[in-house]
Amino acid sequence: MPINLEVPAKFRALLKQSHDVAVEVLRANSRKYDRAEHQYPIELDLLAAVVDGLNDSGAGGTGAAGVRRADATPARGENRNGSNLATVLSILEASWGDVALVLSMPRQGLGNAAIASVADEEQRARLAGVWAAMAITEPGCGSDSAAIRTTAVKDGEDYIINGEKIYVTSGQRADAVVVWASLDRSKGRAAIKSFVVEKGTPGMVVERLERKLGIRASDTATIRFTDCRVPAANLLGSADIEQGFAGAMQTFDNTRPLVAAMALGVSKAALDETRRLLAEAGIELDYDRPALTQPAAAATFLQLEADWEAGYLTTLEAAWLADNNQPNSLHASMAKAKTGRCATAITLRCVQLAGAIGYSEHALLEKWARDAKILDIFEGTQQIQQLIVARRLLGKSSAELK
Amino acid sequence: MAAGLAALNRVAGVTALDRLRVRRPVERGVYQATRAGFRTLGAATRAFGVASGRGVRPGPSRLPAAAERSLFDLTPTEDQQLMRAAAADFAAEQLRPVAAEADARCQPPEGLLRRASAELGVNHIAIPAEFGGGGTERSVVSGVLVAEALAHGDLGLALALLAPSAVANALVLWGSAEQQARYLPAFAEADAPGAALAVLEPQPLFDPLALQTRAVRSGAGFRLTGVKALVPGAVAAELFLIAAEVPGEGPALFAIESDSRGVQIEAEPAMGLRPANLGRVVLDAVVLPADSRLAAGPSYRDCIRLSRLGWAALAVGTAQAVLDYVIAYVNQRYAFGEPISNRQAVAFMVADIGIELEGLRLATYRAASRAEQGRSFGREVALARTLAAEHGMRIGSDGVQLLGGHGFVKEHPVERWYRDLRAAGLMEGAVLL
Repeated sequence: MPINLEVPAKFRALLKQSHDVAVEVLRANSRKYDRAEHQYPIELDLLAAVVDGLNDSGAGGTGAAGVRRADATPARGENRNGSNLATVLSILEASWGDVALVLSMPRQGLGNAAIASVADEEQRARLAGVWAAMAITEPGCGSDSAAIRTTAVKDGEDYIINGEKIYVTSGQRADAVVVWASLDRSKGRAAIKSFVVEKGTPGMVVERLERKLGIRASDTATIRFTDCRVPAANLLGSADIEQGFAGAMQTFDNTRPLVAAMALGVSKAALDETRRLLAEAGIELDYDRPALTQPAAAATFLQLEADWEAGYLTTLEAAWLADNNQPNSLHASMAKAKTGRCATAITLRCVQLAGAIGYSEHALLEKWARDAKILDIFEGTQQIQQLIVARRLLGKSSAELK
Repeated sequence: MAAGLAALNRVAGVTALDRLRVRRPVERGVYQATRAGFRTLGAATRAFGVASGRGVRPGPSRLPAAAERSLFDLTPTEDQQLMRAAAADFAAEQLRPVAAEADARCQPPEGLLRRASAELGVNHIAIPAEFGGGGTERSVVSGVLVAEALAHGDLGLALALLAPSAVANALVLWGSAEQQARYLPAFAEADAPGAALAVLEPQPLFDPLALQTRAVRSGAGFRLTGVKALVPGAVAAELFLIAAEVPGEGPALFAIESDSRGVQIEAEPAMGLRPANLGRVVLDAVVLPADSRLAAGPSYRDCIRLSRLGWAALAVGTAQAVLDYVIAYVNQRYAFGEPISNRQAVAFMVADIGIELEGLRLATYRAASRAEQGRSFGREVALARTLAAEHGMRIGSDGVQLLGGHGFVKEHPVERWYRDLRAAGLMEGAVLL
């Protein structure tokens, strides 16, 4: 098949659905839950049921679980457009509606993506339908996940978990939390494993919820684990320390394109609205005339749209590589880096272009500019993505390029 | 005092001019190419005409659009992979090693264009079989892949090689049956004519949709006047396609043979692209037959777009050359006891080159793929061009920066790439995929 970078025709129906949901449910409740931080968006329950139905129907590609890699490598000449690509595209559409509500979608948490990425068949069957949040960050460590202080100590058929996790998205609402903990703090990052801890397990307490700059519809929890006992079967992937960190990190290769898709959705929302407002103000963009011969607002818009396009195509590439079982760590980080920084730049610039309308709560542009910032931070900050890209391009280890 | 100095300067210039004019013919080309302001007549040596036995076909021949594709795919076809590999080999073996000298001489090495034509068949795949070529369908993506691979060797030489195919492509896309019969067979031959697509004009804020070059209706034909800037291979070109505004009718291209009365060529060496032997084409009331016009109406915008697409593809190739070069350099350059690539300030700059290059490349591929499938592609070309202008320039600058003082001297090619990459944001015409 020759080169083609258009959305495959077979995804059109799915994306139409995502768009309808974005308009009718997500965008419609956008401001309401931005104002009512910490209030559960009940509208999402019905929506989540629809999403579950879609996933079960085999249409696929609507939620975080769509990031699982195909087991078999495609035959020579075979080209797959599978659930990674479908998921990225539908998350983009949904995030165009409201990214905070997408992050709050029941059973579509990042923990679900981790389960989809690294759980074995038994675990995936047992955890099907569970809404799982992801708990990595601690008060003393963010990007440096090797410095995790939370411990998991083997005790008979169980592990005993102790530690404090912060910034757990959907930490209060989810049915379970995927917790990163060290089996042996002297062994560094190789000893870090992830555990599924179900809500209500004794010793697990949600201590508080954050008040935030943006994505306020999404709850962000601090969770403390005190002698919290979980069955050994809840350790995701291999318990072998020699197997190392790679398994845990593989989750990121799969979830970074999803966060990139969220960044693309938010920034597209801002671009679409700004374009409409500029047209009302008599500014129409002509793609064929040199930018410098057009009004500054049109030239600015063109620059923003071009950077959006670069991020969009890089994100599709990362997902497509995953669908075709090719390494995509470099491209996932490129996509996350480009879309993350552009989401902030685009949404902030759109606020400026729209002036008071952009800055006021009468419209949503100011909200998108607040929501966008987190997308350049969680699942690996801009600087972490640059580190990963640089190490890959330069052939450097993390010891050489710190 | 100032006026006196200016006069002295002028006289000295003229004296030098007179002295140099008598140089031996073999040096004349170099002189012309490197000396701005030297004017000469067009270089046509062949008589274009409808070849006997071939005749004019009842209608123009066009290559059909490729079939619409249903799946996202970034893998080139096997043919494209072969073509790209051949172009990459040619670039590594025959362009990169001679690029510095060609840059200094403002000319491609003797015989290079002929060898490229023979070994790569750049024109060949663009020309339908009726005129002796091997083209079967529009392949803009193939054009992008080849331009990218050649520009990895050298952007200026790639431009010199691709300039005639811009004219051939335009004739295939928009030429009349008569124009095709008159010109295309020559482009399918091994000894293809020098030719150039000239759109750009020497004025600030140039807009190809608001041309100052005018083709005024005169008798049964047109009378064309204007100035075209930075035209590749102008001195040696035998055929120009000149963009001009027909008052009341809009812009179009006009086929002008370079020995037409009123055509003068002026060498116009520039910041970069120097191996392409750039020239200014001065057109003074050139009388043209009615059938010299092509690409009028909406086709003219497509011409501008497909040309910008070519510049984006060239920028991708040269930006990749920068990335490859700086990776090797920063890994082996030591400072403070370790490779400078161990420092984030250096490493992040390399990462950003990689990130922006990837976006630019994919945006270029998307525009090309849409164009060959017959989909709209104006938006996608504009975005690719914007990325090429902004990030291409930045990558050129960062390439020099990463080498520090070494980047500023001609021992390393990055200063050339710095100069060449700036062109991608302002050039119009010259290449066309």
